[in-house]
Amino acid sequence: MSDLLLKVRGLKIEGRSEETWNQIVNGVDLDLNKGEVLGLIGESGAGKSTVGLATMGFTRDGCRISAGSVEFDGIDLVNASAKVKRGLLGKRIAYVAQSAAASFNPAHRLIDQHSEGPVQHGVMSRSDSEADGIELYRKLRLPNPEQIGFRYPHQVSGGQLQRAMTAMAMSCRPDLIIFDEPTTALDVTTQIEVLASIRQIVEEYDTAAIYITHDLAVVAQMADKIKVLLKGDEVEEADTRTMLSDPKEDYTKSLWAVRSFKRPQKPAVNTGATPVVSVQNVTAAYGTQPVLFDVSFDIHEARTVAVVGESGSGKSTTARCITGLLPPKQGHIEFDGQALPLDYRKRNKDQLRQAQMIYQMADTALNPRKTIGELIGRPVQFYLGLSGKEKRRRVEELLDQIELEPSQYINRLPSELSGGQKQRIGIARALAAEPKFIICDEVTSALDQLVAEGILKLLARLQDDLGLSYMFITHDLATVRSIADEVVVMKDGRVVEQGPKTEMFQPPHHAYTDLLLSSVPEMDPDWLTNLLNERGVDNIGDAAVDKMT
Amino acid sequence: MTSILRIIAQRLLLGILTLFVVSIVIFTAVNMLPGDFAQLILGQGATPEAVEAIRKDLGLDQPPITRYFQWLASALQGDLGNSFAQANFASFVGADGSTNMASVAAQIAPRFENTLFLAGVTALIAVPFSLFLGILAALYRNSIFDRATNILTLSSISSPEFFLAYILILFLAVLNPILPSLSNIYADMPFDERLTRTLLPALTLTLVVTAHMMRMTRAAIINLLASPYIEMARLKGISPMRVIVKHALPNALAPIINVVALNLAYLITGVVVVEVVFVYPGIGQLFVDSVKIRDIPVVQACCLIFATAYILLNLTADILSIISNPRLRHPK
Amino acid sequence: MSIWLTLILGLLAIAAGGWLFRFAGQKITGDAPRFRDMPYGVAFGYVFGAVIVVWLAWAYWLSRSADPAVANKYFFLGKAIEGLILFAIAAWLFRLLGRSVGTEGTKKLFRSMPLTASFGILMILIYAFVAIFAGALAPFGQEEVLAQANVVPGGDPAMGGNPDYPLGTDQIGRDILSRLIYGAQNTVGIAFITTCLAFFIGGTLGFLAATLQGWLDQVLSRAVDVLMAIPSLIFALLLMTIASAWAGSEKWLLTVYMVIIIAVIDSTRVFRLARAVGLNIVVMDYIEAAKLRGEGLGYLIFKEILPNATAPLLAEFGLRFCFVFLTIASLSFLGVGIQPPLADWGTMVRDLAQFINFAVFAPQVASAPLLAAGAIALLTVAVNFVVDWMLHKSSGLKE
Repeated sequence: MSDLLLKVRGLKIEGRSEETWNQIVNGVDLDLNKGEVLGLIGESGAGKSTVGLATMGFTRDGCRISAGSVEFDGIDLVNASAKVKRGLLGKRIAYVAQSAAASFNPAHRLIDQHSEGPVQHGVMSRSDSEADGIELYRKLRLPNPEQIGFRYPHQVSGGQLQRAMTAMAMSCRPDLIIFDEPTTALDVTTQIEVLASIRQIVEEYDTAAIYITHDLAVVAQMADKIKVLLKGDEVEEADTRTMLSDPKEDYTKSLWAVRSFKRPQKPAVNTGATPVVSVQNVTAAYGTQPVLFDVSFDIHEARTVAVVGESGSGKSTTARCITGLLPPKQGHIEFDGQALPLDYRKRNKDQLRQAQMIYQMADTALNPRKTIGELIGRPVQFYLGLSGKEKRRRVEELLDQIELEPSQYINRLPSELSGGQKQRIGIARALAAEPKFIICDEVTSALDQLVAEGILKLLARLQDDLGLSYMFITHDLATVRSIADEVVVMKDGRVVEQGPKTEMFQPPHHAYTDLLLSSVPEMDPDWLTNLLNERGVDNIGDAAVDKMT
Repeated sequence: MTSILRIIAQRLLLGILTLFVVSIVIFTAVNMLPGDFAQLILGQGATPEAVEAIRKDLGLDQPPITRYFQWLASALQGDLGNSFAQANFASFVGADGSTNMASVAAQIAPRFENTLFLAGVTALIAVPFSLFLGILAALYRNSIFDRATNILTLSSISSPEFFLAYILILFLAVLNPILPSLSNIYADMPFDERLTRTLLPALTLTLVVTAHMMRMTRAAIINLLASPYIEMARLKGISPMRVIVKHALPNALAPIINVVALNLAYLITGVVVVEVVFVYPGIGQLFVDSVKIRDIPVVQACCLIFATAYILLNLTADILSIISNPRLRHPK
Repeated sequence: MSIWLTLILGLLAIAAGGWLFRFAGQKITGDAPRFRDMPYGVAFGYVFGAVIVVWLAWAYWLSRSADPAVANKYFFLGKAIEGLILFAIAAWLFRLLGRSVGTEGTKKLFRSMPLTASFGILMILIYAFVAIFAGALAPFGQEEVLAQANVVPGGDPAMGGNPDYPLGTDQIGRDILSRLIYGAQNTVGIAFITTCLAFFIGGTLGFLAATLQGWLDQVLSRAVDVLMAIPSLIFALLLMTIASAWAGSEKWLLTVYMVIIIAVIDSTRVFRLARAVGLNIVVMDYIEAAKLRGEGLGYLIFKEILPNATAPLLAEFGLRFCFVFLTIASLSFLGVGIQPPLADWGTMVRDLAQFINFAVFAPQVASAPLLAAGAIALLTVAVNFVVDWMLHKSSGLKE
């Protein structure tokens, strides 16, 4: 087996918390041949980044390899001296970090950081390495490849930085690159061009790679084989197509099934019906900086309107206008046909009660010093005037509704709950006010996919039971597919297109909607290849967005 | 480059404005004295005529706003008024008050020079020493060395300056007569003699300032070493020395400049107590003496000088850290 | 100059020792990773530390020497080493006690506590005890004028001391030991009251500024900027000058003015912190949720913000207390702080400072001023140790 590049056996890693060492990776085996791409997937806390770094013989502060071996091309990385490891890192094994913006040194130009590795390892002279860097930038389709290297990191956009970092990892032509969630922080339209570039360059130089991600659809495009991790344990490993079509383990199956949740389409709304919330020609600004332009849409009873857009599109600002935190400069907002005061301080208690909000980060949305009973009890007492036993009964009822056992949870603090449970408490707090309308601001984007699915199902059930209307803010089109009745697409503070979901997901689209939809990775391993064939490399990502404006 | 110049100009303007407001605060505070200066100078037994004469002489019959601008205008020209202590003496011997009063500026100038010398010597010892220790502690954090320095510096920060001063006197002057315990320096003393006599107060201040500076440097460097780009540099196989010099230091500059300036500003306060302990003829000692005898013009002038130095140091730190920030130096 | 030569030679010897140590380690252990990857600086550090420990042991042995000249010379080092070991043992026993007595919560707290923190807590408890029961503990009253004035400390009649007054008497014949004990009440008590006042002013305004923002925040923040542009000890001295004129011959009034002046100056620092902490909390979504619910200002500050600000505020209280305590001690040392006849440590240090020159032949005499100064230092060190531990705990595993 001269082809074997990396051999990991029984790798165990411990992490220190307080004064004790806890095992966080419980014996992982891994084989990687030259030129092969392995996808390492798992939810948060699966230990996938830790394993990725350990294959470089590196552990973060507070972690240590407690057992097992890592052999790179016959060299034992666990017991190698610091000097031997330094000779390999960057030269034969390279790393691409999740946040390129934080991983480039702000004090040096890109090209200087690019050529540092080759020069220090004695692979190339400085001028050769710079010329090579420009060549790599061109191959990765960075705009203006001759000049972009002479900029500082903060002068370059996120997607471009991520590609520059891939170029930097390539600078010594390593045998192995570890990609640690390289596109997680990017918008979908940007993500796709980074994916295309990475795949192309890895193929061109026949580099082996470990691609770490939590996104199945992404890994399906990139990897030859996939390994699934769960809480530091290996679940299963198979080549990509087998894994996608025929997963063996229950956990893997459940991961695959997440994307299949879809609500039945509801009948069309009566044309004459008064919408619960009507946003009419809203224009808003932060200070003098305009952020929303003439935004209008309606939300009807027991319907979900998904507001979709990338970061900076103004979707969260729209929510702030509706809640009255940011009074619009022009336009107005109607509730049940009645105009609402624009500033929330001018709204009466009943108006405030009718519209509730659920936040993205349950951690910051729940006061960490209050028990669950107090958190849910406060709106019950505040709006409905219940107290004592009645209040407690109502809180227990609400906990039942969100599928948490009342006696077990009522006296706990938020810090004693998991992420999904916290988000459920957020939902219960909104329900406690007995509202007609709830704004859900990216409520699932901080959660793992399985947990997120549970939340979506719960929200759907509550809508059916209580006749709630939702405004669902999200950047994730998979979520839109599963829960929305109507879709509003936003870009740069404007509504680009809106309509019922069935229409929105069928052509013809507005050009931007089309780009957005086509950029969402699918589980099909040929999806990226097909897309590139269909649209051409220059018609994806930022380049395509630029063409539109 | 224009935006960075604009920010610096803004900071400078803000500094001048602060200084102006501070001068108003000091002036107002002094004007809150009960009765008036004249009565204070001459004491309870003075005749009304004498009080009136002094009042006129000091311009106390003018409204406060006029007096403030007169004071400010002359202060800007280096004229800080006349010392009461001298005025008192002058009127006591019956001389014409206006001619014989010693000017505050003349009294302060040589002492200010001495204080600057003391602060300079301290800074020369303390800054390199504490930066070295701070970086070392950050590199070997949680080691025995780090823990020991943590305890030592915490103790040194917590101790009053006079405690450290007496400990040093005890060990370095009394038990082992290496350095003089009194720092009575005068104008034309040879430099090495002057340095020897300044060393003990300088060492005392060094102990306090080093502890502060070292802890802050350590925190800044640890913060920096945790950044992803340092991890990236290590994962590129760069040698540890080069990681520090090429990747950490350029970014550590701003926090380190801040630490140094903050602690030099702290020296200004520390100098007062230490000068009193060692009878060092600096501005701090003069200030304390004047406070005790309520020599208002001197107190006022010293206060203004201390505040100016403090504001200037903070301003310098501000501007230097703006200049050393690559994001501001190379705008988009 | 010989002292410098000794120092340089000593350092060179240690430098060589460091190299030797690492080399020997590598040879003996057969290149174990511990020695193989050891940087030279670390090896140097080990040897340097070992030399210091050996030197201290030697100094301690000398301090017990029969020759009084040698014993006197190393008296203070010997006492310091004894004190350090004694305190360490006391702190260790105290922690042991804390681990076995009390509720499950306090036991858990003591289990993860470093020795420095348990030392700090023990000291704070002792100071509080002395301050509260000063009247019962002190052999004489703090203002009581005794028959003998100017008794030299040390209790040795040959030196002009008196065993009845172990620390001697002052120039008008008050017992210094009693005044030292009463000093705990006065110095610590006044500093505590001042800190509370500073927290009341600064905390209230800081949280109001953070919650309401707008013009109130602007006005207060700018005012605090200006006040903080004047070094605090200097500003305190300036205001004390004026206050002394107001107080006239009423000495107690001056002490009251001092409390107010220092509290106001210090409240600017509290304001900054409270505002910063408040602002961090105010941007949280749960505050937005409460605002959108229609909650009033009182509910927001007391029920939502304050419970989340207690940890940083408590740590800040410790730091502020140290700062106030040191400022008062410094003012008293300079002669413008706590006024006689109240006993106070800062004033005592100044009054006793001359005895330090007796150290060569009568170390007991020279200890008196150091005891008063040490009493100040010990408390601030103790509080700082506890605060350091609290901050470290709340920052979690960041380091």
